[in-house]
Amino acid sequence: MTFEGWALILIFAALTVALAKPIGLWLYALYDGRRTPLHAVLGPIERGFYTLAGIDPTTDQSWRRYAVHMLLFQVATLLFTYAILRLQAVLPLNSRDLAGQSPDLAFNTAISFTANTNWQSYSGETLSVLSQMLGLTIHNFLSAATGIAIAFALFRGFARRQASGIGNFWADLTRVTLYLLLPICLVYALFLVASGVPQTFASLVDATTLEGAKQSIVLGPVASQEAIKMLGTNGGGFFNANSAHPFENPTALTNLVQMLSIFAIGSGMTWCFGKAMGNTRQGWAILAAMMILFLAGASVTYWQEAAGNPNLHVLGLTGGNMEGKEVRFGIAASALFSVVTTAASCGAVNAMHDSFTALGGMIPLFNMQLGEVVIGGVGAGIYGFLVFAILAVFVAGLMVGRTPEYVGKKIESREVKLAVLAIAILPLSILGLTALSAVLPQGLAGPLNKGPHGFTEILYAYTSATGNNGSAFAGLTAATPFYNGLLGTAMWLGRFFMIVPILAVAGSLAAKKYTPETAGSFPTTGPLWVGLLVGIILIVGGLTFLPSLALGPIADHIAMVRGQLF
Amino acid sequence: MTKPSVFTADLILPAIGDAFKKLNPRQLVRNPVLFTTAVVATLLTVLLLIGGERLAVGFQVQLIVWLWLTVLFGTFAEALAEGRGRAQAASLRAAKSELKAKLLLGTDDLYEMVAASQLEKGEVVLVETGDLIPADGEVIEGVASVNEAAITGESAPVIREAGGDRSAVTAGTRVISDRIKVRVTQEPGQGFLDRMIALVEGAERQKTPNEIALTILLVGLTIIFLIAVSTIPGFASYAGGGVPVAILAALLITLIPTTIAALLSAIGIAGMDRLVRFNVLAKSGRAVEAAGDIGVLLLDKTGTITIGDRQASALRPLSGVDTDTLASAALLASLSDETPEGRSIVMLARQKYAMPTRELPSDAKVIPFTAQTRVSGVEVAGVVIRKGAVDSILKAEPELADTPAAAELREITDEIARSGATPLAVSRDGKLLGAIALKDVVKAGVRERFAELRRMGIRTVMITGDNPLTAAAIAAEAGVDDFLAEATPEDKLELIRKEQAGGRLVAMCGDGTNDAPALAQSDVGVAMNTGTQAAREAGNMVDLDSDPTKLIEIVGLGKQLLMTRGALTTFSVANDVAKYFAIIPAMFIALYPGLGVLNVMGLASPESAILSAIIFNALIIPALVPLALKGVTYKPMGAGPLLARNLAIYGLGGLLAPFIGIKLIDLAVSGFQLA
Repeated sequence: MTFEGWALILIFAALTVALAKPIGLWLYALYDGRRTPLHAVLGPIERGFYTLAGIDPTTDQSWRRYAVHMLLFQVATLLFTYAILRLQAVLPLNSRDLAGQSPDLAFNTAISFTANTNWQSYSGETLSVLSQMLGLTIHNFLSAATGIAIAFALFRGFARRQASGIGNFWADLTRVTLYLLLPICLVYALFLVASGVPQTFASLVDATTLEGAKQSIVLGPVASQEAIKMLGTNGGGFFNANSAHPFENPTALTNLVQMLSIFAIGSGMTWCFGKAMGNTRQGWAILAAMMILFLAGASVTYWQEAAGNPNLHVLGLTGGNMEGKEVRFGIAASALFSVVTTAASCGAVNAMHDSFTALGGMIPLFNMQLGEVVIGGVGAGIYGFLVFAILAVFVAGLMVGRTPEYVGKKIESREVKLAVLAIAILPLSILGLTALSAVLPQGLAGPLNKGPHGFTEILYAYTSATGNNGSAFAGLTAATPFYNGLLGTAMWLGRFFMIVPILAVAGSLAAKKYTPETAGSFPTTGPLWVGLLVGIILIVGGLTFLPSLALGPIADHIAMVRGQLF
Repeated sequence: MTKPSVFTADLILPAIGDAFKKLNPRQLVRNPVLFTTAVVATLLTVLLLIGGERLAVGFQVQLIVWLWLTVLFGTFAEALAEGRGRAQAASLRAAKSELKAKLLLGTDDLYEMVAASQLEKGEVVLVETGDLIPADGEVIEGVASVNEAAITGESAPVIREAGGDRSAVTAGTRVISDRIKVRVTQEPGQGFLDRMIALVEGAERQKTPNEIALTILLVGLTIIFLIAVSTIPGFASYAGGGVPVAILAALLITLIPTTIAALLSAIGIAGMDRLVRFNVLAKSGRAVEAAGDIGVLLLDKTGTITIGDRQASALRPLSGVDTDTLASAALLASLSDETPEGRSIVMLARQKYAMPTRELPSDAKVIPFTAQTRVSGVEVAGVVIRKGAVDSILKAEPELADTPAAAELREITDEIARSGATPLAVSRDGKLLGAIALKDVVKAGVRERFAELRRMGIRTVMITGDNPLTAAAIAAEAGVDDFLAEATPEDKLELIRKEQAGGRLVAMCGDGTNDAPALAQSDVGVAMNTGTQAAREAGNMVDLDSDPTKLIEIVGLGKQLLMTRGALTTFSVANDVAKYFAIIPAMFIALYPGLGVLNVMGLASPESAILSAIIFNALIIPALVPLALKGVTYKPMGAGPLLARNLAIYGLGGLLAPFIGIKLIDLAVSGFQLA
């Protein structure tokens, strides 16, 4: 471990916190339907969309209507992408004459991008420019905007009083895409281009390697996809090597900016929540709990990676664990990136998590198992976190001698039922599908490694899919009909079986009266509450996975210490 | 009323019997977590009998026994809580069973003796000196003094009379003088006493909204842990081994929140029971929960904030009048006044103004207070002394109305009113002498109580019929947050609606028929037992002692109930950490021996670890029964410190206690070579 390594982690954390308010202010304007400076330019375009689609953005939708419209939109865009991937061979902008994807692969890929997961069972190089841009990048925007829209709807549930509606899905979706994602990505992509990321319709470049051999490197509109891949916590790389590829992530600066852009909106959402509740301290408390969990994870991974593998030290290979890491980034930046990308449900990688030490790789896994609530995916992080907040208030809130309430809303049977539903989907999908794959021959054919490490590969895949993270532990041969099917299912479950109960919570809360805060109200700001949140997330969200972790990374680690490697 | 302690043989023995009766699946299913435990215990019992497990029989038997004990401890806790309520009800029922009624047959006082249980609503009964009132009802004729000690424990008799606000009578109370005719207002078996018995016994208990929500959470956690445990065999098979069903079952049962599930209904029954012991009858558990959430307390000034009677505090002579003259007149006018106010004037004159003690002269003629004149006084040797409200005196002596003395008197009396006291004017032989200030005496300690309530986030509003000037002064002295002066029932109702629209829950107490709408509108409406039937119907609680001060304690009891529930839930959930660390290494050590490092407690063997965890899980239930029944200690303070305190005790305690407990049990289990 080095001073520079720790400094990087702490500076990164500080920058994340610093971004919360500026981004949060912008988000709040969109949440509240306020006019932004960009309205002068983009306003006509926004109205044009509504006119074209015949939508009145001022119509307030009930939670059911909001949910149905959202789901129909997801299914429609899912089918659209499925068709593009299947028909790639006959569609234009396919200069390399690439074949279409198989049905199971296209099913998996289409769901993956719709559900903001970007799990990639395919290799990025096998897609045409059209498939990348129209089939996938479009989802990078829309799935991110959907996540933020759902979070806005939930905020309204908390903020509104005796209201029947929770906003308008189309208005939320359009505004977030138009005023937030597109403008930032435009600037961001230009920055990436300036840093050396390609943005071209040319498809190949030939290079002469050091050995004198000729290598053809795929090119394409990388920068534009890279920007939203990070900002929208999508994570699907243009190249198979993802952010470890020099064309995706050329410099130390792009590496830092990429990590920051993963956390930027998630961090801003916490501030926006506080503002929407009329008390920004509510938002800071949530961010504090998230940052505690984040820093704890980052510390463990960095410590483990820097410590390296004692079995190799004996052989004279001293130093930390550099297997599967990009030399340009080194241990600290790789460890940090892995924790950031898994904490935030992004899934972009700049190193191979499979090659991490057992415990170093367990943290990314554990981050996802917590339900992607440590900053989390754009929108998804905060709405997932609020589900835990509801549970925390319900379990401990009674201890102040009042029936539980959170930000002025009583938490009653209906909210508890829905919160439990939303949380139960994680273990059901992750543990259920892992267990299935661990006993069926099709499942057992997947892992590359033996023993607990192989088990971790399966567990990681379902965790990543269900958590809508999309990062791969690698090592698992997932491009089979069996895994494509089950992982696709996991991604759908993890996304929409969580979103629908959350919208129902929003609807139920919106209809409630507001209870003003008094000295007798359960305090949901301050260190006690932060500690309680961390505790509930670890006990309810984390402990469920302890048996699986024991048989995976923990057993792996103990074996490593005893000199047995897998 | 007797106060049974938590653990006495005559309570415990029947509770043990009831604990077994509650194993009836149809009853047990109401508690899904215990039901799950029972199903798992049954499954293991069957597996043992058919020899489906390869584990040592002795180990299996112990495991099964402890699983069944977990269920039984849960049903026992509920049975014990119900038993305590029943013991309380028994004394009430004894009184009820003997009741006989004199059912009036017609317009004459002819009656026939019938059993009270046969009385129908609307029938009229005669109750004479020495009789027990056979049913809840309303006095329609006569006036009587009634001893309500059977219900309230207060032996001083109260007056019950036809018409007005004191016409309601309760079954089981005794008429000690006079005779009254009472119209029965309750159907048989629906009377006050019946409801009270049913409530304390728990037979009529329905789950409250918060209990339902909590049960849903507990079921949800059970499902999540069921998923976590049922997927383990799949994982284990990947590692090339298996996990016996009995051990999976042990993990499941220790993880699911058996502790709080077992104690949940006991906490609710005990909370209700505490209220009854406090002589307050809640008509539903929901009302008790609402009491904890109260944001605004409407308190009647008289009796709650001030002691009921006003005390003379000063004499204010007009200019040109000697203080002694006024004191002497005031003393003479009050010697025959037996009201507390009159007595306090005599005291004041004698002590502060050193008037010689003297009897009323034998030739003195007392002018009694009448509703018409509103003036009292005395005529001694032709000299007429009057005392009364300023307006009444001026009315009695109309020629004084426009004199400068009257103007000065008004100035003085306004000043007295502003200081929170009530002025009385004194005149002698048609000449105004001055005023007596009757001060409302704020009860000792109420200021501190209200400050305490403020720290708890509860606003207090004083309700009074006084004019705004007086009310403001008393409100300031008592330290209430707000006051409603010259309050009419309509004003009260409007105030409640306004507060509720702002999202605050309101508690109040009342006794008159005109209080009924406000009682019904409030979230916690405590009707005084001395109140009218209408008031008692409208409120959701009845205070048998008719003590309006109790409102504050009722809020405390509501909070205590909720806190107990929250504390035990937090404790139960926090317990899981240690249980994981006991069972996971034991479960997987055969697959990966290295996982023994997770055995942080250093438990002796895998079997001992599992057994110790399951024993701890079972024993913690009876260990917490006293806490569940007594409730956690409640001190009024702000939510922040309260949470810090309870989180430290029950959150941190819940995290650490099982580490210690399981280790100790493990030492015993391995020491006795049980596993």
